[in-house]
Amino acid sequence: MLELAGVQAGYGEVQVLYDVSLKVGQGQVVTLLGRNGMGKTTTVSTIMGILPAMAGTISFDGASIARQSPFRVARCGIGLVPEGRQVFPNLTVRENLHVAGRKARPGASPWDIEKVLELLPALRPKLPIMGRLLSGGEQQMLAIGRALMTNPRLLILDEATEGLAPIIRAEIWRCITKIKSTGQSILVIDKNVKALMAIADRHYFIEKGRIVHDCSSEALREDRSLQQRYLGV
Amino acid sequence: MRKLSYILCALGIAVLFCVPAVTEVADMSYYLDFTTRVVIFAMAAVSLDLILGYGGMVSFGHAAFLGVGGYAVGILSYYGITDGFIHFGVAILASALVALFIGMLSVRTIGVYFIMITLAFSQMLYYLAISVNTYGGDDGLSVRGASVFAGVVDLADRDQLYYASLAILLGMLLICYRLIGSRFGMVLRGIKSDERRMIAIGYSPFRYKLLAFVISGVMCGIAGALLANQTLFISPAIMHWSRSGEIMVMAILGGISTLFGSVIGAGLYLGLEETLSRFTPHWQVLLGPLLVVVVLFARNGVLSLIVPRRAKTRHG
Repeated sequence: MLELAGVQAGYGEVQVLYDVSLKVGQGQVVTLLGRNGMGKTTTVSTIMGILPAMAGTISFDGASIARQSPFRVARCGIGLVPEGRQVFPNLTVRENLHVAGRKARPGASPWDIEKVLELLPALRPKLPIMGRLLSGGEQQMLAIGRALMTNPRLLILDEATEGLAPIIRAEIWRCITKIKSTGQSILVIDKNVKALMAIADRHYFIEKGRIVHDCSSEALREDRSLQQRYLGV
Repeated sequence: MRKLSYILCALGIAVLFCVPAVTEVADMSYYLDFTTRVVIFAMAAVSLDLILGYGGMVSFGHAAFLGVGGYAVGILSYYGITDGFIHFGVAILASALVALFIGMLSVRTIGVYFIMITLAFSQMLYYLAISVNTYGGDDGLSVRGASVFAGVVDLADRDQLYYASLAILLGMLLICYRLIGSRFGMVLRGIKSDERRMIAIGYSPFRYKLLAFVISGVMCGIAGALLANQTLFISPAIMHWSRSGEIMVMAILGGISTLFGSVIGAGLYLGLEETLSRFTPHWQVLLGPLLVVVVLFARNGVLSLIVPRRAKTRHG
């Protein structure tokens, strides 16, 4: 579904990604792991077309998306839950969801407001409330719901549980597990390796802008030194 | 709270509908002209509020559209055409094209750059009007005949002009209100809060901002056409940057992101101009401190003092 091969990217003159290659298959949950400043969010920005790829290829369903503008990449079927929640503060919860709504591809089970509220029931009583008035956890749920409303073929979650209370984190992981059960392809960037091992099919480790290792959840569970080596935990 | 808003709105509309009759009975026809002027400038302020309050586009050249609409009426009547449908059709088309051109170059920018580009285009049109001597140049152009619609509605008649202006203003408010609540309005408000987030969910802000800018320009152009009908005179002064500033003050005074606040803002501004200018020609000196007071103590404009906005569900 999504394939990055030898991607290089950066901010102006400053190169951050030197060699990023990874694959996300249909219905797979794949994680991108690494310490802070290693290039995880830069990889997401490059996939979304926010940063131009200096070299390498990015293809989605076999078509190159490396030179596409960000809104066209989103329209290809990639839904992003960005770092820092970023809901629309001046729209109500209902409007935040409604504005993102897009038709699902033929044959797919579509996400609509009702289905999103079934997944995220905490949002139901908040529907008429402005986005800015939600708590951090509610905002994160809204950001996930908003991304689902685009009926994405690939969902990217960038630090979805960052800065949240443990009880809210558990709720977010429960949601992600439920989303996975619908057959949704997901690329997750997070630091919670324990939770990721439970839901992910494959893990990629990034260090100084390079993918240095990839393995299955079983391999990661068995080889504790991997976490020590690449994540410092 | 919503009930109070509706009651106040209905009351306001009822009062406005009674103005011609009251001024007739009280023999104060001047105040009918004044109220017509308020209604026309309210349209301009509402048009600005649509893009400023809901789209975050601080246009400092909105008076250009007043001029385009006004000159459309003035130039057509100069050639003996007084058909209202042609007058307003050309005014709408011309202001839409000018807004499309200015918008295509300006809406890609934000903040001070957007302000400077809209200001620059407005001043270019101002100097263009000055330089065309055929249409009066700096001295302006007399409108030889007001707009007549199929022999039924004649805008030379003050009552008809007033009611036509009021109906158009109410129509504009209704359209804007529906527009803001629509998906288009949600996208526009989302863009105001953060363009990049809107891009991330698959929208191109350029298209939405441009369409909003064109709609706003057309609304202001219609106001210009009505203004030319009221004054039966059009001059480059209508497009001067200070006029754009006045429209902005009206919108801010009433309360941005409120639509109805712009109507109150226009009434308040022109009312203050009318009252204070009797005491001193430098009436703006008195307006300045008032604006400061409004900004400090009624950040959401005068309307928020009358109808406090609901923080939980308010748009903007």
